[in-house]
Amino acid sequence: MLLDGLARLGRSGLGALERLGRAHLLLAGMLLGVGEILRRPGLLAAQVFNIGVLSMLIIGVSGLFVGMVLGLQGYYVLAQFGAAESLGVMVAASLVRELGPVVTALLVAGRAGSALTAEIGLMKATEQLSGLEMMAVDPVRRILTPRFFGGLIAMPLLAAMFSAVGVLGGYFVGVGLLGVDSGSFWSQMQSKVDFHEDIVNGVVKSAVFGVVVTWIALFQGHDSVPTSEGVSRATTRSVVHAALAVLGLDFVLTALMFGD
Amino acid sequence: MGKQRGIEILVGLFMATGFVALFFLAMQVSNLSAAVNSEGYRLTARFSNVGSLKARSPVSMAGVRVGRVEDVSFDKETYEAVVTIRIDPGVDTIPDDTFANVFTAGLLGEQYVSLEPGGSPEYLRDGDEIAHTQSALILEQMIGQFLFSKAGGE
Repeated sequence: MLLDGLARLGRSGLGALERLGRAHLLLAGMLLGVGEILRRPGLLAAQVFNIGVLSMLIIGVSGLFVGMVLGLQGYYVLAQFGAAESLGVMVAASLVRELGPVVTALLVAGRAGSALTAEIGLMKATEQLSGLEMMAVDPVRRILTPRFFGGLIAMPLLAAMFSAVGVLGGYFVGVGLLGVDSGSFWSQMQSKVDFHEDIVNGVVKSAVFGVVVTWIALFQGHDSVPTSEGVSRATTRSVVHAALAVLGLDFVLTALMFGD
Repeated sequence: MGKQRGIEILVGLFMATGFVALFFLAMQVSNLSAAVNSEGYRLTARFSNVGSLKARSPVSMAGVRVGRVEDVSFDKETYEAVVTIRIDPGVDTIPDDTFANVFTAGLLGEQYVSLEPGGSPEYLRDGDEIAHTQSALILEQMIGQFLFSKAGGE
């Protein structure tokens, strides 16, 4: 009885290690395939289109509303301390440091990551990947690498758009509706938000999230059980794992970057 | 081919929008437009206490920002804080008997260096030291002194 339990525990531990190993082999394969996208930039462009351009609408709308909510909530709190002029700092710093990269990563994981997993999983289930291999085309390089780099390129740009639109949303609510002074909104923001500390670190953060989200999505698709149930489970896992990884990594990165 | 070209144009538009957003964040939201002044000239000033003055705090004359604090360090010989200030190049007529104070903007605001010009005809040059300084007012010390003088008076 006890031994059975131990064996089950050991099996699941070994299985997790195996999956981790396969995920890293896949990552190495995708990184080594960088020559393929240099030879065929069209493949990369198509994936930046899928992941980036098609996510712009949801990123823009979410950014606007998140910025507007920050403007409203921040105003109510700051006005109690007579510091409503600092609204710009609050909106911009929280967007650029945290909300921009994190919410963008979560939205991309839901909007593009799940699609990537389903696409790769179905390609595997319908044996298109094996077909490519039969024709001596490496499916990792030809199919996965462009998607990986597409996600890596699209994520920081989407996060920057999210933050920029969010700041404008906060400006619209704070200055337009609640009557914060426009000059001090911008000048306080500029004096407190640092380019290297805040903006560059935010971009680095979202690049890391781009790697993690697309990597998890592609691995879950590539590693899925090639049945319709397997693909559906892989898609769920892809979104859940990506969201958990993003939130956990965000804490680690914040502690590393902004800890004085 | 037409479809591929359409995708490429849209991707180009996407990347351009992304870079415009980054540029907006860099120039309009952050201090990049204000921070990259490696021009101008340097002055130093010694304070017995600078409070919470930090690098990149503003330096102002008559309430107008004329430079920024570049560095705050500690002199282990004299136990004083050495503040290095970078003054904007246009402001080159600061008299050498100028008085430097560490003030606080508002009750809880950030600390800044305020320069009050003296009447000397000689101007400060790059690398000079401001001789007359007054330390930051530490709220706890002031309250302590106030209480002490109250207690002593009665």
